[in-house]
Amino acid sequence: MDALLLSFRLALCVSAILLAGGLPLAYWLAYSNWRGKFLLEAVVALPLVLPPTVLGFYVLIAMGPRGPLGKAWQTFFGHGLAFTFEGLVLASVLYSLPFAVQPLIASFESVDQKLLDASAVLGAGRLRTFCRVILPLSIPGLITALVLSFAHTMGEFGVVLMVGGNLAGVTRTVSIDIYDHVQSLEYAKANRMALVLLLISFAVLSVVYAVNRQVGRQIGRRLWTPWTAK
Amino acid sequence: MDSVDSEISARMLTARAKLARTRPGSPPFVLDVSIEVPRGITILFGPSGAGKSTLLDCIAGLARPDEGRIVTGEKVLFDSDAGVNCPPRARRIAYVFQTLALFPHLSAEQNVSYGLNGLPTEQRAARVLEILKAFRVDKLRTSKPAEISGGERQRIALARSLVTQPHVLLLDEPLAGLDAELKASIVEDLRAWNAASRIPILYVTHVREEVDALGERVIAMDQGRVLSTGTPAEVLEAPRHRRLAQAAGFENLLSGTVVDLSVADGVMRVRLEDSRCEIEVPLGYAAAGDRVRVAIRAGDILLASSRPLGLSARNVMEGRIVAMEPRGTLVRARVDCGVEFVVHLTPGAVRTLELAGGIRVWLVLKTHSCHLVEE
Repeated sequence: MDALLLSFRLALCVSAILLAGGLPLAYWLAYSNWRGKFLLEAVVALPLVLPPTVLGFYVLIAMGPRGPLGKAWQTFFGHGLAFTFEGLVLASVLYSLPFAVQPLIASFESVDQKLLDASAVLGAGRLRTFCRVILPLSIPGLITALVLSFAHTMGEFGVVLMVGGNLAGVTRTVSIDIYDHVQSLEYAKANRMALVLLLISFAVLSVVYAVNRQVGRQIGRRLWTPWTAK
Repeated sequence: MDSVDSEISARMLTARAKLARTRPGSPPFVLDVSIEVPRGITILFGPSGAGKSTLLDCIAGLARPDEGRIVTGEKVLFDSDAGVNCPPRARRIAYVFQTLALFPHLSAEQNVSYGLNGLPTEQRAARVLEILKAFRVDKLRTSKPAEISGGERQRIALARSLVTQPHVLLLDEPLAGLDAELKASIVEDLRAWNAASRIPILYVTHVREEVDALGERVIAMDQGRVLSTGTPAEVLEAPRHRRLAQAAGFENLLSGTVVDLSVADGVMRVRLEDSRCEIEVPLGYAAAGDRVRVAIRAGDILLASSRPLGLSARNVMEGRIVAMEPRGTLVRARVDCGVEFVVHLTPGAVRTLELAGGIRVWLVLKTHSCHLVEE
């Protein structure tokens, strides 16, 4: 059960960080006219095509005692980054980045440009337009982004193995735990964990698809209304 | 007098804008206009694609002219030479889009109060309620745009724009798709509201009837240029351009050759197309042998079932009805007099004269119903 709780904790942290960082990043990617934008788009999408081992390998190097990240962390917090929970969070954020950013970009881009124009001629600046028009109309995308990054982090294996290792209570997540059980031929235990993960993933994806339907959209708006109505 | 003049000029919108746009696969579009919009309603009239909306976007700051200067009163909003480009949110120009662009997730009340961000809550609520009442939509305060009917959505969009006390109001075909009665009632409410604040209103339309209903002044535009400026009568009753004549509802646009001129009588004879059919038209800047275009309203042509005598009208042409097409409350007859004319008739006239395809008729046309237009 430790492993499951750890996975939950990791996925929560990662989704929260991705939401906070993904919103401005997705906003910039959706609305910037910069010519080199495609380069950053490619970087964001990289984790979709790279094997987790490749990503994990470079993150591990960067976090190592001689890597730039590892050194900086050592200076500020007095301990290394590799094989810690914090290191695991950082690697997972990178690994799940496209799952948060791409739904956000898609929903920002689907907001009618005329609504943004209307907001501007009514005197609103970019931030106000974002908070009062773009964001409320992107609720389904927001929920999709949150849920996908949560689910993707819950299920990751390769990156965790590379960066976090296998320390009980610190970096041993559900997927690693299942792998351990299988290695030691404890199939019943492995099955229990695997089934839990399967059900969670199914439930989470059901939420995503429900939200993307019309009904879900209305639920999303209703959720948002008390926040924006003054 | 001086103080009145300066007050009027203080509220005038003047805009000069040049803007070239190239899109792959279509001919380059060039906007090159200079307009003055005093207080009250000015109609910006022209066919679709004339550049009307692009001009509004330039004025509102949503598009940036390559060159130009846009001023409301004393305030310079844009000046390419001085490097001034005021952002849309600071221009105090209200803009009602053709699609209205009401925020779908906000109620009517929240939509209207959107632009009143800086005000204390109480003042804000009071102003919103006042303008919702003025546009007669105060009952719909809590409804979302999707729950509101077409005409009422237009009223809410107007209220949202005007509640901010803008210095200029831009309307881009805001009443498209409404029936005439509803349109008239909304326009009356708009006029009533503007009687107090008297700001310049620039109203874009390509519908001829709206020009007559609203018009104090008309600016006619086509292909990125201003064609003419004046009262609706000056601009549209005697259109001087072919495309404008088409847009203004002149069904008959015929080309011809000037046969002779009688300067003393102020008329000239024109042979239409390559037929034997000749008509007398008002004297224009043309010489014998020149090619000219003549625009005639289908409703300005009289049709007789026997040869008319003793008329003051100078043009009587014999022809044959080619086809009769009912068009709502009128019948559109095509008559071949060597060239084909379109004539509008009432269903009653069709019955009384027992008109049908193939029948011999005479068309009667006053000289001054024939308008010379430029290409």
